[in-house]
Amino acid sequence: MKKTIMKSAIGGLAAAGLMLTAAVSYADDTLRIVSWGGAYQKGQSLGIFQPAAKAMGITVKEDTYGGISDVKLMVKSGADKFDIFSSGAGSCASGAAEGVLEKLDYSVIDVSNHLPGMYSDYCAGADIFSVVAAYNTETFGEGNGPKTWADFYDVEKFPGTRAMRNKVDGQLETALLADGVPKEQVYEVLDSEEGIERALNKIRSIKPHIAVWWSSGAQHAQLMKDGEVDMTTGWNGRFDVAKEDGAKVAYDWQSGIMDWEGYGIPKGAKNKDLAMKYIAEMMKPEYMAEFAKYITYGPTNGKVYELGLMEDSRARMMPSHPDNAKYQLTISQDWYAKWRTIAAEMYTEMMTE
Amino acid sequence: MTIVEAEKLNQKGLQKVASNERFTFFGLTLPYLIMVTALIVIPVGWLFYLSFIGRDGSFSFENYERMMKSKAYIRIFITTFKISILTTIICAAIGYPLAYFMSQLSRKWANICMIGVLIPFWTSLLVRTYAWLVLLQKKGLLNNMAIEMGLITEPIKIVHNTTGTLIGMVHIMLPFLILPLYANMRSIDKDTLKAASSLGATPTRAFWTVFFPLSLPGLLAGLLIVFVLCLGFYVTPAILGGGRVIMAAMKISSNIELYFSWGAASALGVVLLVVTGIILFIASKLVSMDQLGNR
Repeated sequence: MKKTIMKSAIGGLAAAGLMLTAAVSYADDTLRIVSWGGAYQKGQSLGIFQPAAKAMGITVKEDTYGGISDVKLMVKSGADKFDIFSSGAGSCASGAAEGVLEKLDYSVIDVSNHLPGMYSDYCAGADIFSVVAAYNTETFGEGNGPKTWADFYDVEKFPGTRAMRNKVDGQLETALLADGVPKEQVYEVLDSEEGIERALNKIRSIKPHIAVWWSSGAQHAQLMKDGEVDMTTGWNGRFDVAKEDGAKVAYDWQSGIMDWEGYGIPKGAKNKDLAMKYIAEMMKPEYMAEFAKYITYGPTNGKVYELGLMEDSRARMMPSHPDNAKYQLTISQDWYAKWRTIAAEMYTEMMTE
Repeated sequence: MTIVEAEKLNQKGLQKVASNERFTFFGLTLPYLIMVTALIVIPVGWLFYLSFIGRDGSFSFENYERMMKSKAYIRIFITTFKISILTTIICAAIGYPLAYFMSQLSRKWANICMIGVLIPFWTSLLVRTYAWLVLLQKKGLLNNMAIEMGLITEPIKIVHNTTGTLIGMVHIMLPFLILPLYANMRSIDKDTLKAASSLGATPTRAFWTVFFPLSLPGLLAGLLIVFVLCLGFYVTPAILGGGRVIMAAMKISSNIELYFSWGAASALGVVLLVVTGIILFIASKLVSMDQLGNR
């Protein structure tokens, strides 16, 4: 305990120190952007952040961050660490609900060519990813593994160990789809505690087969690489990267649940106007096409497909390709804004049983 | 000048010296007092204060009410204490014989053994934890070897559960038990054992009636350090527990993310602190804490 206290004390001092250094203001033509690091931010940096900065003649400094809670804590404590952050749509929505984000100005940012629903008042959609059911091709054989969520939850037809996320995000949907709820009605059913409980009960039914509750994309990719579990929920891009590395992993788009990532601006950002213009620049199709070369997360801007900016073989690997998108449920940020906290506590309760 | 007057003068001088000395000593402890206040008293006080701040920023008990309502919190605390107690017991079972063995060796060999204890101690906790993952997983070194040797036909589950967590935590905690225990055992006068023998005690009897009681202060100090450190563990159970072992520190971190507020997380810290305090208080009633000091 003492160690925890000491740690938090040291952490607190360190945070205070960071705030002090961060308070040093930057020149007017400099923006600070934060994202998730790893293969994802590498793609963003090379495909979007730096080329867009160059086109505008500004300097963009990159860093990583720990998610929307960092934004919230930064705004609440009056610190000034970054101007733009890259965030999942759901997290962005919860940040907006907490009142810590700037409303985006869509007279500056052009989203007229965005795919339906791929932007919100506080988050300009940049790429589309999917939660899929990935399976080990050594266990089941290529193309013979679980294709749908019903398969994933069918422990008789597809025996083997499973992994699911240690957080509620993107997991309850899989349970209801497996339970036979049509995708159009998933969020209707989830719109009550009984509905959430129904999804949780479905997960409970396969709980003895869940060997690991994963906490990060790197972890679920590693679990598949090591053959630690036979199937897992997870993000499509990570599995594609793992596959390129020689992992025996495959997934079917029939299990896809589409979600998107975008850019937001923390409330009170010093360079708000420039940040707005920079986001507008990043929405251009050529950057999104370039980004998709690094990781299989598809563009939100429909123009990328219309203009044929991506090779067909690559485009077919994207969650948002029409042939893949037609099967998929799209994540509802409204649901997450309303239910995430309650559902997360209920999910933890189920996990600890 | 009479003797009495001289004594009076002397007394005055002595008083002055004594008060000067007190002042100097107080001055010397001042940096320590400031440090303790700045690093422990203020943060802990702040932690208590924050735990009573609700999501809307006003005073409220909501952070504690939530913990009463959800069974998950109680289960997490039970897991935290269960894992900590088990780790402590296993550490004692392994550490006591090892420390005893080392204390019986010559200085030279004891030092070599000590290096063996200390080297893992100097390696990064994260590295050691991931190393265990590589060793223990389904297609890991241990399972593969056991299958090849024909000991087992199916891989056994030794990681991503309580077993894996305990293996990792015992490995990390063992030096914390051995170091104080070994120091204590070294300081035990071997002549006391010879005296016991000369009075007719068998080696077993001499060990249990003479050596063991004398080693208790070191053992208790080690147990206390291990137990308290275990309560705050985060990385090892998070990686080796595979999400199935959720300890308080992990819930603290997820609560910050979930509620966007320090309050929800602080309340967990406060409960952990208070429960630990109660346990240590009860323990101190059972075993005199003075023993820990009389090393």
